Amino acid sequence: MDIQSCVEVCNEWDIVSARQLGRNMAKELGFGNVDQARITTAISELARNIYLYAGSGKICLEPVEQMGRKGLRIIAVDNGPGIRDIRKVMEDGYTTSGGLGAGLPGVKRLMDEFTIDSTINSGTEILATKWLR
Amino acid sequence: MRIPILKLHEYLLITIQVELDDQTALQFQEDLLNKIHDTGAKGVVIDLTSVDMIDSFIAKVLGDVVRMSKLMGAQVVLTGIQPAVAITLIDLGISMREVPTALDLEQGLDKLQLELEG
Repeated sequence: MDIQSCVEVCNEWDIVSARQLGRNMAKELGFGNVDQARITTAISELARNIYLYAGSGKICLEPVEQMGRKGLRIIAVDNGPGIRDIRKVMEDGYTTSGGLGAGLPGVKRLMDEFTIDSTINSGTEILATKWLR
Repeated sequence: MRIPILKLHEYLLITIQVELDDQTALQFQEDLLNKIHDTGAKGVVIDLTSVDMIDSFIAKVLGDVVRMSKLMGAQVVLTGIQPAVAITLIDLGISMREVPTALDLEQGLDKLQLELEG
């Protein structure tokens, strides 16, 4: 079960494609309405961050299985400028875009697991997983 | 893509039934303000019954169009926000506190009527 599907994010329409892919995969995996909305929204926010801050990158989705649990993992990767102060961007209300995105704390709350790895001038990788209940 | 805006007496009715991309959302904002200007509408209902996801960008566009319409003298009510959408918005940290809402189109129209008469 590690079939990964990816969407390249370079413009605003790719954000819609990424979240449609997420909606379909979440539905197929058996997520309920509310978790489908959470996953779709998290993808939308991550894709927008890529578009706004890195210019381009990709969103990959993969079904995951761990200790008998099934879930969906979002992998958001870009080769953008990187995040200088990760602790700061994880604070609620922090913004550099004047509030265009709800920011990463919101995405973290929508998902069950969230990790972020960023290197200045080389890029950012975010993994966010939702488990089936 | 353009979202149709219907006129009913002194109200404008909009039901959003498409997947909102950024351009469509911003175009709608402009179209609605122009329509308010052209018709002199006093109240607007934006029905979100068919919308299954609102991210921070769409929330911002909707919140903005409510405030912009108010500047022009028209009241806007958002109706039909789905349970999953309400949960997701609060998880995200978006409360849309100053935005008037109602359960459905009927209650939205009632709310407008009360505000416009009162």
